[in-house]
Parts: sequence; structure tokens; C-alpha cells
Amino acid sequence: MLDKQEIDRRTLRSTAPSNISRRGFLLGSAGAAAGAFVLSVGLPTRAARAAGENLPAGTRVPAFLEIRPDNTVRFLSPFNEGGQGVFTAMAQIVGEELDADPATFVVENAPAGDDYKVMGPPFGRITGGSMSVRMSYDVMRRLGALARRMMLQAAAESLEVPINELTTEPGQVVHPASGQKLSYGELARAAMDLPVPDPDSITLKSPDDFTWIGKPVERLDVREKSTGKAIYSIDVKVDGMLHAAVQHAPRLGLTVGTIVNEDEVKAMTGVHSVHRLDGAVAVVAERWWNAKRAVETLDVQWNDPGADSTDKRYMPADFSTEAFRKRLANETGNGTTAEEEGDAPGVLSKADNVIEATYFAQYLHHAQLEPPSTLARFNDDGTLDIWLPNQAPEMFQGAIAKVAGLEPAQVNIHSPMLGGFFGRHFLYPQANPYPQAIALAKAVNRPVKLIWSREEEFLRDPLRPMAAVRMRASLDGEGMPEAVEIISACEGPTEANFGHNPDSVDPTAVEGLSGKSYAIPNRRIAQAYVQNPATLAYWRSVGNSMNDFIYEAFLDEMADTGGLDPFELRMRLLKDNPRLATLLRHVADLSGGWRRGPFEAKDGTTRARGIAMASPFGSHTAAIAEVSLRDGQVVVHDIWETIDPGSIVNPAIIEAQIRSAAALGASQALVEDTVYENGMPEARNFDEYPILRPDRMPRVHVGILESGEKMGGIGEPGLPAVPPAIANAVSHLSGKRVRSMPLSKIAFDS
Amino acid sequence: MELEVNDQSYEIQSDGETPLLWVIRDELGLTGTKYGCGVAQCGACSVLVDGVVTRACVTPVDSVIGSRITTIEAIEEDEVGKRVVDKWVEHQVPQCGYCQSGQVMAATSLLKETATPSEEDIAAAMTNLCRCGTYNAISAAIHDLADETKEG
Repeated sequence: MLDKQEIDRRTLRSTAPSNISRRGFLLGSAGAAAGAFVLSVGLPTRAARAAGENLPAGTRVPAFLEIRPDNTVRFLSPFNEGGQGVFTAMAQIVGEELDADPATFVVENAPAGDDYKVMGPPFGRITGGSMSVRMSYDVMRRLGALARRMMLQAAAESLEVPINELTTEPGQVVHPASGQKLSYGELARAAMDLPVPDPDSITLKSPDDFTWIGKPVERLDVREKSTGKAIYSIDVKVDGMLHAAVQHAPRLGLTVGTIVNEDEVKAMTGVHSVHRLDGAVAVVAERWWNAKRAVETLDVQWNDPGADSTDKRYMPADFSTEAFRKRLANETGNGTTAEEEGDAPGVLSKADNVIEATYFAQYLHHAQLEPPSTLARFNDDGTLDIWLPNQAPEMFQGAIAKVAGLEPAQVNIHSPMLGGFFGRHFLYPQANPYPQAIALAKAVNRPVKLIWSREEEFLRDPLRPMAAVRMRASLDGEGMPEAVEIISACEGPTEANFGHNPDSVDPTAVEGLSGKSYAIPNRRIAQAYVQNPATLAYWRSVGNSMNDFIYEAFLDEMADTGGLDPFELRMRLLKDNPRLATLLRHVADLSGGWRRGPFEAKDGTTRARGIAMASPFGSHTAAIAEVSLRDGQVVVHDIWETIDPGSIVNPAIIEAQIRSAAALGASQALVEDTVYENGMPEARNFDEYPILRPDRMPRVHVGILESGEKMGGIGEPGLPAVPPAIANAVSHLSGKRVRSMPLSKIAFDS
Repeated sequence: MELEVNDQSYEIQSDGETPLLWVIRDELGLTGTKYGCGVAQCGACSVLVDGVVTRACVTPVDSVIGSRITTIEAIEEDEVGKRVVDKWVEHQVPQCGYCQSGQVMAATSLLKETATPSEEDIAAAMTNLCRCGTYNAISAAIHDLADETKEG
């Protein structure tokens, strides 16, 4: 309920000229679209229309900052929090220039709105690609600086002193000459009536003066996440809500035929109604458990209209991953060139010592622990409120509007914290529950929360692509690589979801094969496109998650063939690249000095170490893994990994992200594999699709090297070097060359 | 049916075979306990039943009538639970946080039973899955708690 004062404030704000959305200033400031900006007092930022701004009626005018009377700072983040620590990083960056302790920030994900497209084109606003901080750093700092300036201006007026006599301390403006102090919370209302200063008049702090940027500031969300208070999409409740569960067609492309036992199911406890959807049936019930029980009881005869019936992906009844792997491995085309230097094919055709091998990357599930859900509520005014895990609110808003038959402005997207994402929550044509939730909410004329059970999620989770990569190389007389040709038979996640262009390569298919820094004079990297029946997705570190494994493991093959130590080979290939040579030395030092082994450890096990590097998402990493074999299975004891992200915001978060990425890298290297047989995934839950368990987690030792170069990403870069470091150690220890993952499917003698 | 959760008594409408998890989440509205798999694999649904960690997704509610259920919402009212939470914060354990209610419950149960657990005790008790890979931090936090008990 609104009290009169609040209504007055809103009325005032919707008519009076104020500081809201003076985008003209911000737009020119950092070469990227920047945010609208409002300061308010004790009032949620919402539905304000700035004079002179042509915004559709009914949309919320977005804003970033609200400073409350108690001096807490509510910040609406363009990026969503899913464990990567971006809420805290944003608070550090904005707080640094605003001069407000990040600990006083309350951060939420912003609603959809052009004002939050702070990354500029082409991405605008997504939480992905390890881009959040590095792509918004300047804009967010300026936002904080503008807010600080407005506080100073308001204080100058209030104290009737020249602004240049004022300074700030965290959360307050100070007039040293008189000793007077005014808190930001006291000043916020007056500051709100001031125009936003010209960004060009703002000077950002010198990094030497940073209080919070670069420091291991505690995360803002840790206590609420340790006490069950954090709210994820799956937890959201609204009045009058019903619950829904679905049973998907066993294969994509099938349609609902006869439901044999519909009446029987309708009579089950708590069932509200049974529904036929596109490729699925659903039950709406008073509680989710009743919906799930009932929908699983539905005996559906599915129709198969065949592949020609749809322009979307269709899963054939005879599809198997094993057969498809062979299909990729037998691809003989030379592919489309992604990167070329010198004449690799020519050199290889004349060489008499060609090393050849085919490497494989497997399909993977995201397996984020929070199953997908969507809560949809149509409002009396024709708008739709919708809560769902997502990494791109504006993209979802547009897609949801289409499905719901509304204008985007009528769709209020709510993006609660993500219970893990790893690339799962982008807009994928056939893998998001929102179309179903919208259809059901319409059908029952009540709010509906749809949760996909784990089984239904694993049936529709779009996969990390599979690849078969033909590697060929030749060495010179000293064992140094002279030529390398790499042809990846693969469909990339970008072309899979946004369309394949036959004339070009999907960079997300080949990254990690391309873009390597090793000085090999003749190189050709190519992609041979082979369309998949399976739906594909981005997965943490995307193409690098498979390709650095392949490249770096093959590099060890080259080293062994040429009689060079793998560390020594890499150092030689990087002799003219001081940044990466330093990185390589750093990780070696971190591990106590490079030693490949095998050697006997204190516990009597025989161990070996492997090394690998990767340069994903603007950062550079090097990893060393120490392994042994027990009962034919690989044990990873320790991983040492150094990252050089150029410059940093929060070393504690970086360390946590490297550990996290190393865990996921180890997981895919050791145990994960999505297997399809007869057009269906064999595993529908964690009992059949293992992810790394705590007893197999290596100790991860993290090094951070701040070279001062351009800021790179953090969330994903830690992953790609880990699988090849493990594989290289295992190959050396076992004498059996590892060319595919997971290692659990390879028998080793121990 | 009367169910006792966090020292409060509730009259339950759900069928007796309904998993405790869904009674807690949908009927009582306590959403700190999470659904991850429904087949007792991930442990996100862990609660304490008479002080012992239990996977609520496969526990029929009628099997715990008469027992004391503790969920994450009340964990800080438990002396051991409070220490675990504080240590989780100190070690900055959570990332996405979705599994952490269950991890905190599992750790609390372990330490209530064994104040100074061995490496094997920890490995046997801490089997909940974490996709973010916070396992190193979880391990460090529990060792820290055990060490404090030994020293204290």
C-alpha cells in the first residue's frame, strides 16, 4: 500500500524535471551506453518518467542507485549473481568512486531496460562470457563518481559553503574547516533534485587511492546463502499461485497424441487440470509434488511427425552419441579456415615425421543445482510479471512478449539469484520453461509456477557441443613444432542457436584451438561444420572447455615425440612472449618447481604432474595437476593454477572462481559424459550422470599475477587449462595417451 | 497429522507419502531447503530429523511425525549450527549458494555427533554435491571448527 507521502513523491517525480535518466551525459562518457541514474530517499526506484524522455507508458524507468536514510545503498545491477561474485564486485567498483563502503550495499538484479545495457553493442547486457566487470568497469566507476559529486553539491547548498571546501569520507560529506558532516542518507533527497553533472567534469580516482578495488572485500551474499535466506526463482511465491510440472516428449519434435489415462490422473490428489503443450504434457496442481506425481502418471502416446515437420531441432529415434562420435571422427573435409599462418598443409605434405591423432570432446550437461523454473502471473492491467533464472533480461523480455502476445514493455522480468548457471540460462529455443509457464497461466487464469524436475531438465538441457578434432603436426630437427593443422568437426553453440553461416567459422567452436600464443611458424585451424540433432549450449568457458584440452594434450604428444620436456617446450614456444613466459614460471614456482615425475609421494603412491595453459576471455592461465592411479582410476591430488587477468577487483573472489572453475574442469575431465541412445539421454538424474563429488576434489592452489595489462575475465578462465593438465599427467604416468574425456571411461593399469 | 518443525507444531494437509521436502517448501512455505534431484543424490534438501541429517526429498512426511525437524531457517538457534554458519561466512564458502543450506545441515549434524571428526568422518559425512566446487572451502571450514573444539 502506498501512503500519501509516497504518492506525492511519485507524482512529483513523474512531472518535475529531475536527474532521472540524463542519458545524454552518460552516453558519451565511456564509449558505451550507460545507465540512467536516480537517487531517492526510502523509496524503491520505479515507474518514474523523466521530462523529455520518450519512454513507452507502463515501463519502469530504471535506475541504479537508491541511498536510504539509514545510509544503505540499494544498487540495481545490470548483471545477475549466480555465484561468481558480481554483486560484490559491482558494489566495490561503484562504492569506490561514490565513497561508500561496499558492505553498506544491497544489490539486486535490475529489471529489463535499455538503461542497463552498459556493455554497449553487440551484447548490451548479458551475464556471461566472463564479461560483466571488464566490460562495465569504466561505466560503473563513473556512475559512482557522479553520485559522489551530487552528494557534494547537495552538501554545498545545505551548508552554504563552496563545493571545493568539501570532501567525503565513506558514506558522508565532510567540511573539514568547520568539522560539519552530513551523511549520504541525509543528503540523498536534496541530491535527487540536482541535475546529473557533466561526466566530463568528473575525475576518477587514481588506482593508488583505491580503498576497496583490488582488496579481498567480503561477499555481500554469503550470510544469506549460509542461512537459507537467499531467494532463487524456484523459491518465489505469489498470492493465488498454482504449481505445475511437465512430462516432456521423450524426443524433441514429437507431439502429444492420446493421453490414455487422463480421467484417472485428473482424479489424483490435488490435481487442478491436465494440459497439452508443444511437445509436452503438464499437470497444474495445488502443490508441486502433486503435479509431479500426476504428470509422471500420465500415459501419453506420442506422435512422431518426422524431421520434416519442424524447422526446429528434431531428435531422430536412432540417434546415439557413440555413432555420432564416429560420424564426427570420419569427417574428411578440410573445413573452413579460422586461423592461418604460413603454410601448414604444405609443410605437412612434405614432412616425413607427421604426428597425427584424433581427439574428442564429449557432450556435457550444465547440471546447475537449481532446476529451471518459471513463475508467470498475468495482471489485470494486461501486463505479465515473470520470474525466471536468466542471464539476459532484455532478450528474455522480447522473447516472452512474443510468446505471451504482449509488447515487451508489458513484460516485467524478475531475475532472482541463480542457483548456478554455467551458461544454462541463456535464451535457447527449445530449452526454457517460460513458454509452458505462460501457456499454463493463461489456461488456468491464475499465476503458475512451473518447475522442471531434474529428470525433465536432463531431457531438455542443451548440451556442451561434442567435437572430434584431427590434429597433425611436424617437428624440426630440434624437436620444435614446425607446422600444425587442426580441423575440428563440430557445431558451435553460437551457430546452433543463432544460425549457421556456411561461409564462416563459429568462433565459439574453435576458440582454444585458435588464439593460442605459441610461436609455431605454420598453422592452420579450421572447423568442419557438422550439424547436431541435439540442442547445444554455451557451457562454462564455451569452446575453450573442450579445445584447450585437445590442443594442450596434443602439445604434450609433440613434446614427447620431439624428446622435449613439456614445460621446456612451452617455455621455448613462448620465448618472445614475456607475459606468458612469466605466467608459466609463476605456476611452476607455485607448485614448488616444475617436476614431471613419476615420483613417489609420502603416502607411497606414484605420482606425475602435467602442465597446460589457456588464454580464454581476455585472461591467461597456467595449471599444473598432480595425479596418481588407484584401482585403474585417476586420482587428482593437487592443482596449482595461476591466472593473469591483467588487473583485478577482488582477489578473494578470483581465488574462489579459480577453485570453482578447476572443480568443473576436473569434473568434466574425470567423470562427466552425456550419452544418448535411441534418441534419448541415458542419464536423467545425478545417479547416472555423475558430477565431481567432494571425495574426488583436488586441493586447488591459486596464484594471481596482476600484470597490469587490460582487464580480462574471471568466471570462466580458470577452467580450460585444468583438463589438459590432468590428462597430460595421466598420459605420462600411465604411458597411455589420453585423447578423450572423461577419464573414468578409460581403463588404466595401476 | 501434526508435524514439528523448528519448535513449532503444524497441522499438515499433505498425504502421508508426500516427501518432507515438499511439505516444508510448499505447505509450510520454508524455502531455504532446496530441491536439486529428488532422489537423494545431491543433498540440497538436507534437514535435521532429531538432530540427524536426513535427505528430505525421499523422506515421507508420515515417517517423521513425532520427530523434531530442524530446517536451515532455524539453524542459528542451534549452538553448533550457529558456529557452522559463522564459519561458513568466515571462510566465504558459498558461491551460487543453492546447495549450501544442505551443506550447513550436513556439517552441523556431523559436528553434533562428533565434535572433532577425523578426515574419514568428514569424508563420510560431507557427501552433498556442489556444482560450484566449493569443496575446498567446506573442508577448510569444518577442519577449522574441529580444531577450535580441540583447542577449546
